[in-house]
Amino acid sequence: MESSLLFSEVLPGGATWSHVLKRGTALRITDTEGGANVAAYFLNFENPSERFNLPDTLKAQHTARLTAGHVLFSDMGRVLCSITKDTVGWHDPIAGISNSSLIERKYGKTTYQQSRNEWYQNARDGFLIELGKYGMGPRDLHATVNFFSKVVVDDLGNIQYVANNSAKGSYIELRSEMNVLVLLNSSPHPLDTSSSYAPKPVELSISRVPTPMRNDPCRILCPENTRGFVLTELYFL
Amino acid sequence: MHTTNLKPSSLMPEAALHSFVVEAGDPFVFEIAQGQYVRIVDLEGNQAVDTIFYNAQDYSDRYSAQDTIREQGNIYLTTGTALLSTNGRVLLTITSDTCGRHDTLGGACATESNMVRYDLAKGHMHACRNSFLKGLQFWNHGMDKRDIASNINFFMNVPVTPDGKLTFEDGVSDADKYVELRAEMDVLMVISNCPQLNNPCNGYNPTPIQILIWDKNV
Ligand SMILES: [Zn+2]
Repeated sequence: MESSLLFSEVLPGGATWSHVLKRGTALRITDTEGGANVAAYFLNFENPSERFNLPDTLKAQHTARLTAGHVLFSDMGRVLCSITKDTVGWHDPIAGISNSSLIERKYGKTTYQQSRNEWYQNARDGFLIELGKYGMGPRDLHATVNFFSKVVVDDLGNIQYVANNSAKGSYIELRSEMNVLVLLNSSPHPLDTSSSYAPKPVELSISRVPTPMRNDPCRILCPENTRGFVLTELYFL
Repeated sequence: MHTTNLKPSSLMPEAALHSFVVEAGDPFVFEIAQGQYVRIVDLEGNQAVDTIFYNAQDYSDRYSAQDTIREQGNIYLTTGTALLSTNGRVLLTITSDTCGRHDTLGGACATESNMVRYDLAKGHMHACRNSFLKGLQFWNHGMDKRDIASNINFFMNVPVTPDGKLTFEDGVSDADKYVELRAEMDVLMVISNCPQLNNPCNGYNPTPIQILIWDKNV
């Protein structure tokens, strides 16, 4: 069964987006120009105290980078989304999001009064505003992931941002396994080495997709993921 | 073990203002005033001390692992590490460390994550996020599950490899090793002294810890 496109839009650079991605749909994020960064956060829309848990996601899959086959675990042992397709190979779960003081320190201060919609936005403010629309606040924002960006860790624990990780046309596809409130922000990665504030747009498209089969690659990646899918299916009984 | 920054403390236990022993599987919640020092002692070795810090004036401003890792440019915590809050403030600084490496990527164990990681039948076993909930409910200042933020695993060793693997290594701690922190603002410290029985890192034997607190004028 082919997936069927339901909706598509362009998210400009520096902008925030939210959507309740229903179980049985998938969100494809496409880096149309190359060099995009998309910070992302996920909550169970029906009970937002259940949300993306970064440590559980990394521990269950013994990984500190995200790519196809990996899933995003909630703190309740369930799978929020599966990464079903990925042409990038490495998405950063370590370095977190930009905030207003980081953006000002790196790129200088702008105001809306002066710069109108060209002003420099940051991911934390964007996420907090968007969470506010669902009655949530700073207590609800926990660790996030950065799609399209790569940060490596050396033997001493030092982290290093790797530029040019995502080529023009790269995409990642997230299949929703629950009704997931997805928050995205397209500000630059906080460790982006570029001296100018130049956030890239991405294309967002939502499709209806088939239910994962027993031999789904994300489900059988490791026994941990199989058990996560069982717990997710239990939630919907 | 690579990124060691070993530095013993000159503070004497006899001069401490408070001393507590926290048994494995117990929560511990305590306010530490700006300028005070807190020492966490791994009494028997290779214990994981899951710890969350909050700005005591505003609990929505709390320890952020990602901000701390990014701003210090390193995933491990040791002497000299400033623990940053979600609002970018320094909550505490690690002033002494005789262990050399502490983890902040591995998070806290939970009944739910035990089911995922080990076996669906492990859901009844005691776990850190239960202890955090119990501690926050006992503290009774309106905090709940949403406040279980990123935590530090003092004395744990969770290396990341250059090709992006997350691994669990045997502990680098030992009996009587400790870490000591200075509070840079009034902070609330919430500890779950980990009861994990499924992970070989503690030899399947969770053990007690000691908390010592000194006043700012020692
Ligand atoms: Zn634990």
